[in-house]
Amino acid sequence: MAWPFRRKRDMPEGLWKVCPGCEKYIYKQQIEEALQCCPECGEHFPLSGYPRIDVTVDAGSFEELAANLEGRDVLGFVDGKGPYGPKLEKTRKRSRSSDACVIGRARIHGIRVIVGALDFSFMGGSMGYAVGEKVALALETALDEGLACILFSASGGARMHEGALSLMQMGKTSAAVKRFKERGRWPYISVLTHPTTGGVTASFSALGDIIIAEPGALIGFAGPRVIKQTIRQDLPDGFQRSEFLLEKGFVDKIVPRAELCDMLADLLTLLLPSARVEARQ
Amino acid sequence: MARSKGGSGLPFEKPILAVLEEVASLRRNHDSGKADLTIEIREAEERAEALTREIFARLSPWERVQLARHPNRPYAADYLELMCDDVVELHGDRGFADDPAILTALARISGFRVMIVAHRKGRDVKEKMACRFGMPNPEGYRKAMLKMRMAERFGLPIICLIDTPGAYPGIGAEERGQAWAIAENIQDMSTLRVPIVVAVIGEGGSGGALGIGVGDRVLMMENAYYSVITPEGCAAILWKSAEQAAEAAKQLRITAGDLVGLGIVDDVVTEPSGGAHRNPVHAATSLKQALMRALRELTGVPTDVLLEHRYRKFREMGSHLYS
Repeated sequence: MAWPFRRKRDMPEGLWKVCPGCEKYIYKQQIEEALQCCPECGEHFPLSGYPRIDVTVDAGSFEELAANLEGRDVLGFVDGKGPYGPKLEKTRKRSRSSDACVIGRARIHGIRVIVGALDFSFMGGSMGYAVGEKVALALETALDEGLACILFSASGGARMHEGALSLMQMGKTSAAVKRFKERGRWPYISVLTHPTTGGVTASFSALGDIIIAEPGALIGFAGPRVIKQTIRQDLPDGFQRSEFLLEKGFVDKIVPRAELCDMLADLLTLLLPSARVEARQ
Repeated sequence: MARSKGGSGLPFEKPILAVLEEVASLRRNHDSGKADLTIEIREAEERAEALTREIFARLSPWERVQLARHPNRPYAADYLELMCDDVVELHGDRGFADDPAILTALARISGFRVMIVAHRKGRDVKEKMACRFGMPNPEGYRKAMLKMRMAERFGLPIICLIDTPGAYPGIGAEERGQAWAIAENIQDMSTLRVPIVVAVIGEGGSGGALGIGVGDRVLMMENAYYSVITPEGCAAILWKSAEQAAEAAKQLRITAGDLVGLGIVDDVVTEPSGGAHRNPVHAATSLKQALMRALRELTGVPTDVLLEHRYRKFREMGSHLYS
């Protein structure tokens, strides 16, 4: 029986993907064209930091800030699998980013903005010092330069390996949002993507002037497992999904990835008189 | 959760309690007039004190967590009674409900008129259930912010007493925006135009603690803990076993001493020998002194300076360790 081998060669691994939403085989190139969404059922696949920015901003407009800002093992944290330091180093090499957040200047339909994205593939998008610092820097730079700030969240919460210093990033980022809102008249748009939970939801992510969610994203404070353990009953269908949050009044809009760029440009031009001029240039 | 019952004491307290039992029995004999045991009593008391000092000098972080959760440990309501005069509790978030897991009250403390905002754990079973063991719902955080805004309007300093395992993880809490309630409190506390003194008196559980924990001074009682996640939660995720909670407690650096070293906590409030539960009156006196010292330092500081310092405090927290 030689055919399975030939079949494997005919269909090189990585050309097709099974959509976890509809379980259909999808040609990978089609997924890419749909900005990492399933063309059949619309399922939104995860995007790490740089690809997220790529699909959002004008081609070639991204100029990274604080690219070398890295987390560090300041506690000498060793868990069941070993020390945090080498783990961080390995993750940095694999992901080719300094930590679980990328920030920078960019344009959206010509409008200048500061944009940032958390990277769930980097230690679950967890917020330690480097992520908190980058988020605060993004907001402070936007304030200094008189630009809107757009932050994409995807995170399991605070980074346990940096202990209470991670918890304090909630204070740092929230205070930076407050200052941004009090001192400037530029919008902070928070975009929640799958999944956003814990200390990230309970700080800067929940504080946008406008809060947008991608369809079907899991968004909440406590993770579903913790809630299930606490209350010892099954959770209702759709609990903590974007649509649930829209219904409960915690997000402004659910916007599919393919429409997000236009939506952001519309919001910016409606909120900022100068944006319209920039957009025409 | 490895919690000990109140009567029998924590495992590491047992040798101390045995000597104290001996003291009590000597005293009974002495009081009954059978013999003069003054010397024996004093000797046993000294032994108890020496043993307490020895055991408490080498407490592990996990043992401190157990002390922070000790069923007899004084709670915020106890401290209020012991430290304050003219306490008037205020209820309700004006939106959904009154959450008893957050206690808000106007009070007087050594001549200062203040707003107290605290977690409430509840002493008896009924109260514990009502307070969900000190785990607030979103309406609790919203009530806290409403009362803090009122304090701002009347120029009253705010004292926040933290003692929670964390914000409540429930269906209703999520439906009513637990994350939003906490985030808004953290955000808005950063610019409240009155002095805020925070004291972690027992458990400082994560975002649920920080939701009333942004201030100009952060104090912490000697046997309290303050952590990004409970040691059990951390152990379950990073060790795949809640049994490793003691190890997680050590790795997370959650004791008052550790957190002063990290620049997260400004001052440690000394507890009486054997922990706050062994002498709540003494504990309350220490806490009151520390709070008063902080309030005096902050009174008269121009508001803009106060707020700029508060911003920088959180903005730069821990940055010296990373640069």
